Amino acid sequence: MTDRPVIDWRWIGSHLDDLWDLTVEHIVLTVIAVGVGFVLSFGLALVILRWRPAYGPITAIAGIMYTIPSLALFALLVPITGLSTLTAEIALVSYTLLILVRTIVIGVDGVPVDAREAADGMGFTSRGRLLRVELPLALPVIVAGLRIATVTTIGLVTVSALIGQGGLGRLINDGLQRGFPTMTITGAVMSVLLAIVADVLFVLTLRRLTPWQHVRRSDP
Amino acid sequence: MTEPPATTPDPHPVDQPHVHGASVELRSVTKHYEAGERGPGAVNDLSMRVPAGRICVLVGPSGCGKTTTLKMVNRLIEPTSGRILVDDRDIASQDPIALRRGIGYVIQQVGLFPHQTIGQNVAIVPSLLGWETARRVARVDELLELVGLDPARYRDRYPSQLSGGERQRVGVARALAADPPLMLMDEPFGAVDPIVRERLQEELLRLQARMTRTILFVTHDIDEALRLGDLVAVFQAGGVLAQLDTPQAILAAPASEFVARFVGADRGLKRLSLTRVRDLEPSPVPTATVGEPAAAGHARLAVATPGIPAGWLLLVDAAQRPLGWVPSARIPTEGVLGATLAEPTGAILTPWMSLRDALSVMLDAEVVTGVVVDAEGLVQGALTIDRLADTLRA
Repeated sequence: MTDRPVIDWRWIGSHLDDLWDLTVEHIVLTVIAVGVGFVLSFGLALVILRWRPAYGPITAIAGIMYTIPSLALFALLVPITGLSTLTAEIALVSYTLLILVRTIVIGVDGVPVDAREAADGMGFTSRGRLLRVELPLALPVIVAGLRIATVTTIGLVTVSALIGQGGLGRLINDGLQRGFPTMTITGAVMSVLLAIVADVLFVLTLRRLTPWQHVRRSDP
Repeated sequence: MTEPPATTPDPHPVDQPHVHGASVELRSVTKHYEAGERGPGAVNDLSMRVPAGRICVLVGPSGCGKTTTLKMVNRLIEPTSGRILVDDRDIASQDPIALRRGIGYVIQQVGLFPHQTIGQNVAIVPSLLGWETARRVARVDELLELVGLDPARYRDRYPSQLSGGERQRVGVARALAADPPLMLMDEPFGAVDPIVRERLQEELLRLQARMTRTILFVTHDIDEALRLGDLVAVFQAGGVLAQLDTPQAILAAPASEFVARFVGADRGLKRLSLTRVRDLEPSPVPTATVGEPAAAGHARLAVATPGIPAGWLLLVDAAQRPLGWVPSARIPTEGVLGATLAEPTGAILTPWMSLRDALSVMLDAEVVTGVVVDAEGLVQGALTIDRLADTLRA
């Protein structure tokens, strides 16, 4: 065995295709998890907004799921759903629920009372009020929740390498098993970069969607 | 000294351009809140009628049920019992959403949508009603102009870029958007400073003079109520209507000890502020034009002048503008009347001045007689402090 540098750039150079494929897999796992998580959370949040007593039980269940260690959850699910993408997604989705349900509810609750009263007084239906007034005004809080959920999920995807999924997590896992730090470091660094890029994209998108938050008080 | 009529309109216009309003009638309306239910104050067996095209101000201490009453008219709050009729139709049988789209609504915090531009905010009800874009856009510009905001400058701004007074105007424009026959205004000027509030009140009266509609207006400020209302409904704690009448009648004859205390110990002064100089016939005053012979002045003072102190001649210029008073002792026995003889008149009363302001001008000048001029500043006659006092006895 020859002395190898910590980072073997030649290995990286000859595996660009693999890196790209794993990155795409990582993104797909994340997008599905956050997308499905958001749809489920949105539904649960609507239930809570319509019927407040559901808030406690729903967040309690989501909170318990959030506390289960990811490794343990994969282990619990494998006998049922196997070493599949489905297993990974069930776990990943369940981790997004707590943060997303809460930020949607908190965001809508934070809409100024006077805007809501004015909407009612002008003859909005409750659906119209939600879609045209409450959700647009709750957007900054909801997007803040999506940022946290997405960054968390990108990190958690790597753990699903243990059940044969994992995107860039496979590099980390394989590198550790083979004692080849280049793979581990490459996987970790790219996962971090992915999280940063996703976060920046959210910030830029929010800015575009909420021009009213970025106007300066011009003199009359 | 003359004020353009546009900024100080007659609150009770006689010839109304077009009456466009809906009558509002409450019949034995009661609202009780259940234990644990929160609301702005109960209402107890309230019956009242507001004729179409009038401003009715609901006034009273907090918790007296005035806001509850207002919100029952657009069904934001449902009464426990009783009936409410708008244009003689029971609102309980109407779809609340459609009812609200047909009624203008302005609240104290304005409630502009911060995520929409001023133009979008004003266009809300028209867009709920499905107006096409071109009609909406035209209406927005028309309304912004109506409330004194340049459409080109304000249309695309966001509410956070406006001052409190500007936002209130947008709130009024938004409520007017679909040209509703009835407007509900819940302390709409409560959150702005007194100077801006007074201007907004004047503008509301100006708008009302141009496009008469029915307005129910809630305030806790009795001066605002007396100033704006064709009718004033004084509420007392427990949601009881203590008196419903014109401002003049409430000040002249409060129905109860509560009303008398609520309108305040200075209700005589308040009555003065409801009447304007032009509402009184000025007393004729002996006048002489500069350059006339002194003898003519003596001759005019020899005639009795009921209603004003004797022995004073009012000197005017060729155009009939007042120069000042000349006491009979200073009028020369011969020669002509020169401008230098006149002592400054001190108190000039313009037609749009309230009697309260007229009294103040006379007290400031330490005179008992004020010279009444018309909008061009030409002498019309005179009013004395006694005449002002007489209007309170009438």
